[in-house]
Amino acid sequence: MADSTPQPRIDQPVDVHSAAAEQAREIAVARKDILRIATAGSVDDGKSTLIGRLLYDSKAVFEDQYEAVERASAGGDYVNLALLTDGLRAEREQGITIDVAYRYFATPRRTFILADTPGHVQYTRNMVTGASTADLAIVLVDARKGMLEQSRRHAFLASLLRVPHLVVAVNKMDLVDWSEQTFEAIRDEFTAFAAKLDVPDLTVVPISALNGDNVVRRSERTPWYEGPSLLHHLEHVHVASDRNLVDVRFPVQYVIRPQSDAHHDFRGYAGTVASGVLRTGDEVQVLPSGLTTTIAGIDGPRGPVDEAFAPMAVTVRLADDLDVSRGDLICRPSNAPHVTQELDALVCWMTDEPLRPRQRLAVKHTTRSVRAVVKDVQYRLDVNTLHREPEAGELGLNDIGRVRLRATQPLFVDEYSRNRVTGRFILVDEATNATVGAGMLVPGS
Amino acid sequence: MTTPDYRLTQLETLEAESIHMIREVVAELERPVLLFSGGKDSIVMLELARKAFAPARIPFPVMHVDTGLNFPEVLEFRDKRVAELGVQLVVASVPDAIAAGTVKEEPNGSRNRIQTPVLLDAVEEHGFTALFGGARRDEDKARAKERAFSFRDEFGQWDPKSQRPELWDLYNGRIHLGESIRVFPLSNWTELDIWQYIAHEQIAIPPLYLAQEREVVERQGMLYAVNEFIRAREGEQVRRESVRYRTVGDANLTAAVPSTATTVDEVIAEIAVTRMTERGATRGDDKVSDAAMEDRKKEGYF
Repeated sequence: MADSTPQPRIDQPVDVHSAAAEQAREIAVARKDILRIATAGSVDDGKSTLIGRLLYDSKAVFEDQYEAVERASAGGDYVNLALLTDGLRAEREQGITIDVAYRYFATPRRTFILADTPGHVQYTRNMVTGASTADLAIVLVDARKGMLEQSRRHAFLASLLRVPHLVVAVNKMDLVDWSEQTFEAIRDEFTAFAAKLDVPDLTVVPISALNGDNVVRRSERTPWYEGPSLLHHLEHVHVASDRNLVDVRFPVQYVIRPQSDAHHDFRGYAGTVASGVLRTGDEVQVLPSGLTTTIAGIDGPRGPVDEAFAPMAVTVRLADDLDVSRGDLICRPSNAPHVTQELDALVCWMTDEPLRPRQRLAVKHTTRSVRAVVKDVQYRLDVNTLHREPEAGELGLNDIGRVRLRATQPLFVDEYSRNRVTGRFILVDEATNATVGAGMLVPGS
Repeated sequence: MTTPDYRLTQLETLEAESIHMIREVVAELERPVLLFSGGKDSIVMLELARKAFAPARIPFPVMHVDTGLNFPEVLEFRDKRVAELGVQLVVASVPDAIAAGTVKEEPNGSRNRIQTPVLLDAVEEHGFTALFGGARRDEDKARAKERAFSFRDEFGQWDPKSQRPELWDLYNGRIHLGESIRVFPLSNWTELDIWQYIAHEQIAIPPLYLAQEREVVERQGMLYAVNEFIRAREGEQVRRESVRYRTVGDANLTAAVPSTATTVDEVIAEIAVTRMTERGATRGDDKVSDAAMEDRKKEGYF
């Protein structure tokens, strides 16, 4: 896209008292929640066009952005919506996409944070990063090509990160004459594959991102399709029950001691609720000391609250004066995490230098940072076939495998499948300080 | 705002995410500082920092990179807010650096680029290791690709191609001596989120953000209010118009937008129906090149 200066223009002021403005304000301030989405697909699948379409049709694209794209796609029959997600000059010059880009759009029902991950060589690292926080992953499939190796890979990575909802968007349906048979073949193949992956919720939608069919509104060209449009699904997918509201886990992030006259005796434990529901008066246990006490009070951003749940950032006050510091964890005495130095995990490795036994790394797990040594690389996973390769002995860049680590200090952990917060960690190279791996805890052998 | 079904609204979710980041920095990095310009984003960031540590005081200073081209209302607001919160204010002065000869005034009068070395010098002088900035990813495509914890080398440079993977909420703030982390707690907020939060939390803002009749001149398709730094040039007509500022940057380069929004709720209505990005509508300096922000970030800009 050439550098270009927008046409000079001064807009008329918005009539903020008009019915339209008032309606827009009401929609904007209506109670909404956030859905975090990760998208995966290669350049040719039409992923950028789909995202451009979602942004444009949900009016998240402003006129100056649209005009820039219109100018850049001059001559074609279509405004190239893919250019809306066009990135840095460094990327355009080299024809590549760097890493993860975040996009934002909203409808009257929800706001959406979309992590757009490119499908080229660094796909594993990028997609793992994008999917780590996602409630829902969209995998794009070109209807003409059907399910490719990379479609399997993307679905596998989403399931590995335990993204609760998976959507397969079968794109370019216009190029297969809106064939129901083609769609059904892809849907059936994907459904069979997903059954092997432990994907709790799979939705398959036939779309044309270029024309907008079934993206925002149901298309007349697919009378045989009875499901929702993609956006309708994104707006209505039920995510509230995805969280763990059972196991109380509160990693202490920071100790607040005002040391002022007004709050002389105040001591609060600040942190983000990982899971479960904390209530004032609850009996709790503090790890690693194992001491028990009760919750004297919980302060949220707007003052005291009766209860706190994930992902609220709160400050907990305890009835007894215990020695509690960053890295400790508050739970219920009857329901504590595993306290262990042995970490069995599926690790995604993200740097050139391979992960090998006897290597020493820093581990960051919730608010606790420890060091660890790699005891064993039990196997590497072939992300295309899901075969385990026990002879690998190491993990290279973008490899995923099962690794056993021994930490210098105990961590308070749950399996990732039960608790996405206390079941995860990152690995950091202590020499370069780079983040080199992501780990998801699995049951020990 | 909460309901019995244990769901948070988008504002509560964003607020919690930001507070988590701010606390994480204070727990892990030795000398944080919050960049405070008196603009709406940094005002919200300061409010989140207050909430993160209440009832204790904010445990780090705030810094203003003062280009000397300020709107007086914004400076006034800055000083008032800093006094209310009892935080230390560090001012890194561009005019002082010009006088000392460490930076040179650019021919176009913009101090946007030359504030970067002034910022970096102040960071070195005070030994700051983490700098909170109010940038949002919806503002610009370079920002859309930057991490919430953005590693910068000893020259403050951003290298888009070697960013640390950022997984879950496990932020990596490890650095060597001389390096630093730029932290963007508002990464996932949009302009509309910021305004909704200002409305919901009844946060005070400088009056510039609300519409009033001002003397303006039209220049390159934008409206500039006549002030200490902007005078009508030959051939330019001064007229009175109801305008407000959608962003507040340097007073010599920030354009106003025609507006009748005199309350925060009316501003929300206006933004909800408006069809121009905030930078496209108001920043003369960002129109220079499509990659303006990308270039400035590589030089150490926010």
